[in-house]
Amino acid sequence: MTWALDHIGDIMSRAGQHAWLAGLPLVLGLVIALPLGWLAARRPRLRAVLLTTTGLLYTIPSLALFILLPPLLGTKILDPVNVIVAMTVYTVALLTRTVADGLSSVDGSTQQAAIAMGYGSFARFRAVDLPLAVPVIAAGLRVAAVSNVSIVSVASLIGISQLGYFLTDGYARSFPTEVWVGIVACLLLALVFDLVIQVVSRVLTPWTRAVAA
Amino acid sequence: MSLATIWAWFTDPANWQGTDGVPNRVLEHLLYTGLTLLIALVVAVPLGAWVGHSGRLRWLVTGANAARAIPTLGLLFAVSMFVGPLIQSDLAFVIPSITVLVLLAIPPLLSGTYAGIDSVEPAARDAARGMGMTGWQVLTKVEAPIALPLFLSGLRSATLQVIATATIAASVSLGGLGRYLIDGLASRDYVQMVCGSILVAVLALVADGLLALLEKRAVSPGISGRATRVARSRARNSDPHSEPDPDGADRSDPDPRQPAVVGSGSTGPVEATAATGTPSERDRP
Repeated sequence: MTWALDHIGDIMSRAGQHAWLAGLPLVLGLVIALPLGWLAARRPRLRAVLLTTTGLLYTIPSLALFILLPPLLGTKILDPVNVIVAMTVYTVALLTRTVADGLSSVDGSTQQAAIAMGYGSFARFRAVDLPLAVPVIAAGLRVAAVSNVSIVSVASLIGISQLGYFLTDGYARSFPTEVWVGIVACLLLALVFDLVIQVVSRVLTPWTRAVAA
Repeated sequence: MSLATIWAWFTDPANWQGTDGVPNRVLEHLLYTGLTLLIALVVAVPLGAWVGHSGRLRWLVTGANAARAIPTLGLLFAVSMFVGPLIQSDLAFVIPSITVLVLLAIPPLLSGTYAGIDSVEPAARDAARGMGMTGWQVLTKVEAPIALPLFLSGLRSATLQVIATATIAASVSLGGLGRYLIDGLASRDYVQMVCGSILVAVLALVADGLLALLEKRAVSPGISGRATRVARSRARNSDPHSEPDPDGADRSDPDPRQPAVVGSGSTGPVEATAATGTPSERDRP
């Protein structure tokens, strides 16, 4: 505990780096997964292709992906961009299925009503399908956020600075306190991500509370 | 770094023999993975089946899922530091790693088995009993086949998790393919790291592919939706006036990883049998 307090500045700055490496890919991944999931929900044949491809990408172990990306992207191995790209790949892999499922879960009669009211294809997606799919997409985002926070810490093995540093450094120095601080900090960060996604999801879906009340 | 250097590494005979050779490292990796899955299966399957069957101690499944938020690297280091010094032999490096791998493999297996058994409809269970099946027959002939898709998808994610984490476990001195990545890093041999990463990725893809194949083969057609789809297309062909079901594509989704396919009831095995029985009665408005 005293160790954590003594190093609070270091912990906070690494937590910031960790949040950036895990959080930015969540946003990028969602932006990429939305059109992919939309396509998958509309075309059953494409759905199979898209979900298989993203599933294959998700299969590649994280440490291997961190090492394989630099020659593919032309970056240096210590470049944090590798981690951002790898985490974005994983996020897209998780979210494409979720977005497709969320959009498919929208009630058929709701969609018919929107069409009858004169909504075009894109307007209906933006104003009807997407908002109704928010709870499902948010559930997927929560899974992706927790797994991102955990996987980013692996990048400390190849020397990229974030909370995982306390794990590798504590192990190298046989100093358990530091490892525990790293684990707890990762868990707290995952919790923060989880809470933020839940709050945003609630704000975006006021009607779910109106029904409950 | 070019393709030629990678090719040169893979074709160098020195990389194919001895403790540090590719065959030995692949074998080690497979051994760790197999041993871990075996132990995890022995723990998780009876427990998950019991929780799913009795509906008791559900918090075990929720708790195991929440525990997945613990960073794997941290768990690996923490367990190695505590368990390692307790063991006075060469196994000091292997046992902590296997312990962590088992801990990581249990949650997906537990929730897969639990969700599978939980998705069995009480009506199907009652029907089986009504037909005079014994408890054991209900379990093996009704509950197990219905639970199989969800269990297998749990097994798939557990396998991937173990293969990936066994790679990381090279940093706490475990053997396997992770050695190329960690040792390459220590000696700044980037070619070795990339080649090791390729091997790990291929191993993971092959393992996942084989399990996907097993999923296709082992799951009963009545449950995977294959039978329903055949019946539907037959119904459509035999009845020219029938309108194609607007969301038929979604309902006949063959992906067994979707709990809804098994759990929703409307696409369960009962409907599949009905559909095959009288194909022309289906999909008529």
